[in-house]
Amino acid sequence: METAKKRILTGNKAMAEAIALEMERDPSVFVLGEDIGNYGGIFGSTQGLIEKFGAQRVLDTPISETAFIGAAIGAAAEGMRPVAELMFVDFFGVCMDQIYNHMAKIPYMSGGNVRLPMVLMTAVGGGYNDAAQHSQTLYATFGHMPGMKVVAPSTPYDLKGMMISAIRDDNPVLFMFHKSLQGLGWMEQLDVSAEHVPEEAYTVPLDKAKVVREGKDVTIVGVQMMTHYAVEAAERLAKEGIEAEVIDLRSIAPIDKDTILQSVKKTHRLFVVDEDYKSYGMTAEVTAIVAEEVFYDLEAPPRRLANPDVPIPYSRPLEDFVIPNVDRIFEQVKALMDEE
Amino acid sequence: MATFEEKQPAVSMEKLKWMYEQMVKSRYYEDQMVEVYTEGKAPVFNIGAGPVPGEMHLSTGQEPAAVGICVHLTKDDTVTAPHRPHHHAIAKGVDLKKMTAEIFGKETGLGKGKGGHMHLFDPDVKFSCGGIVAAGIPHAAGAALASKMQGRDWVAVAFIGEGAANAGAFHESLNLAALWNLPLIVVVEDNSYGISVPKASSTAVASNDLRAAAYGISGAYVKGNDPIAMYKASEEAVARARAGQGPTIIEIETHRYLGHFQGDPELYRDKAEVPGLRQLDPILKLRNMLLEAEQVSEKEIEKIEKQAKKKVDEAYQFARDSKYPEPESALKDVFTS
Ligand SMILES: Cc1ncc(C[n+]2csc(CCOP(=O)(O)OP(=O)(O)O)c2C)c(N)n1
Ligand SMILES: [Mg+2]
Repeated sequence: METAKKRILTGNKAMAEAIALEMERDPSVFVLGEDIGNYGGIFGSTQGLIEKFGAQRVLDTPISETAFIGAAIGAAAEGMRPVAELMFVDFFGVCMDQIYNHMAKIPYMSGGNVRLPMVLMTAVGGGYNDAAQHSQTLYATFGHMPGMKVVAPSTPYDLKGMMISAIRDDNPVLFMFHKSLQGLGWMEQLDVSAEHVPEEAYTVPLDKAKVVREGKDVTIVGVQMMTHYAVEAAERLAKEGIEAEVIDLRSIAPIDKDTILQSVKKTHRLFVVDEDYKSYGMTAEVTAIVAEEVFYDLEAPPRRLANPDVPIPYSRPLEDFVIPNVDRIFEQVKALMDEE
Repeated sequence: MATFEEKQPAVSMEKLKWMYEQMVKSRYYEDQMVEVYTEGKAPVFNIGAGPVPGEMHLSTGQEPAAVGICVHLTKDDTVTAPHRPHHHAIAKGVDLKKMTAEIFGKETGLGKGKGGHMHLFDPDVKFSCGGIVAAGIPHAAGAALASKMQGRDWVAVAFIGEGAANAGAFHESLNLAALWNLPLIVVVEDNSYGISVPKASSTAVASNDLRAAAYGISGAYVKGNDPIAMYKASEEAVARARAGQGPTIIEIETHRYLGHFQGDPELYRDKAEVPGLRQLDPILKLRNMLLEAEQVSEKEIEKIEKQAKKKVDEAYQFARDSKYPEPESALKDVFTS
């Protein structure tokens, strides 16, 4: 039916649906984390699961991240497929040993003999004045450590498809969802946080970036909110005769070099924008890849825009200063175009 | 003065009046915050809008936990608080104007607008708080260690919620404090929930004072959200700590009247629960008790209440009148100079 085809889902409903489909399909899939039962997840990514699958497979945990993420690792090693939620990525500090030294390394240290088919999903992002301990993205912190697939989908369609891929993957996947793209009723409502999502299960690869806007003059690489801002900036740039190609990275690790390099070979200019800290970050990585591989294709030095290496401040004018926005992308891409 | 349970007097009238005043101040502070927080967020709630954006965790109903122990503290004692810090800050004597300005994100705030409601630091009265559950406990243990190393009789109090008692930091810090015999008191505010999860679904023991046995230290449980029973348990714990006799866990049964944060749909609890809890309100009970003791007149109580509210009103006015920081100041203070 026509109406069924146009079913619109928010980001969080798309995620919850993905998990539900996999739980139906595979009895080894279970979910654990704080407030993921009756509350449905603070950001709604587990809505309806406890009603459908019961408290045996949807486990509210104590505030004991080391214990429950470590337990997810232990259960995964036994062939279960846990989906654990770390409520905010900022809380990684209390459980990073489990993530960095165990989840990411056990498959390798065992010579591939131990599999950890688990998903660790976590909320990222700022822009709503939640300050230094609740606003980070930390894409690079996780992308830096080998042994985890790190994804950061930007649309409801990708949230669903990549969640299904993540659950089916035999490796640990760190699944970052952006709070602002969940379509939450209590945050600013963004059009991009809801779209048509097919009802059936489908997969989206965990290692492919996506060209979300084609252009010939400059390549803009971003992820999650910065992708959406880049598209907005690109529409404004188009009015000034600049056609920007926008790449939604989607996967932080492994990073899809080909899509980036193909684009830069065409546009000859690179602009990278990131909500994360600048130093040693995603913007540095993308720029380095381009410099290493297609340096002589560049017509101007690459430019990057990211958090200027400060903790995210609370006050609105301060946070606005720190997190990249459409205006700044627009201005800085224009400046990049003016360079010889 | 008797606890709500017992009958014989034990607390001086001055201290009772101080506790009453702080509780009224704290309650009124949070009542005002409910209003201010709603500004700019209606008819459509948007967490990032209005003069006070971001998450907002209010302590309405939990005042006894803070005043019952802070009444025994001085400026030299340390307090660390969690994400729900206003009642502790008020009871510890944090500069109310600067605190409110911080919550409004103004340059006159405690952290020049960088911290916000979950990250208040007032070194003048040795107060701090933070947004990571249980993280303040080791900091308090460290303050207690410093006190001991410096040969002081200063103590440190870490306030946490009952949910935080399941974090590794709780257990590691208490073992450390017990091992080193530190003047640390951990006050666990048992408001029945960690966000939506009831205590019984998160905690393997009925109450957290029982966990004191695991570290060979003292534990106490205060029932009925009772500021006077809290006073007594704290009096002992603080005296023990000052005398170099080690740490204590005090758990107090308290009540969270509002959502976990403002905007919480609270689908995890019965709609009748909070009205029932409000019937047991500790501020009202203490007020009646003060009057019944016949040492304080209705008029004097009204004066205390008026004074407390005036201070709060002035703090909010100061915050509103203050300027926002310059955007570029975001780049400052990464390192201290
Ligand atoms: C390490 C960590 N995990 C999770 C959270 C999210 N969180 C914030 S408050 C809270 C519940 C705390 O419950 P409790 O300790 O009982 O304090 P209450 O909110 O009831 O005052 C949770 C899970 C956090 N801030 N830090
Ligand atoms: Mg609690």
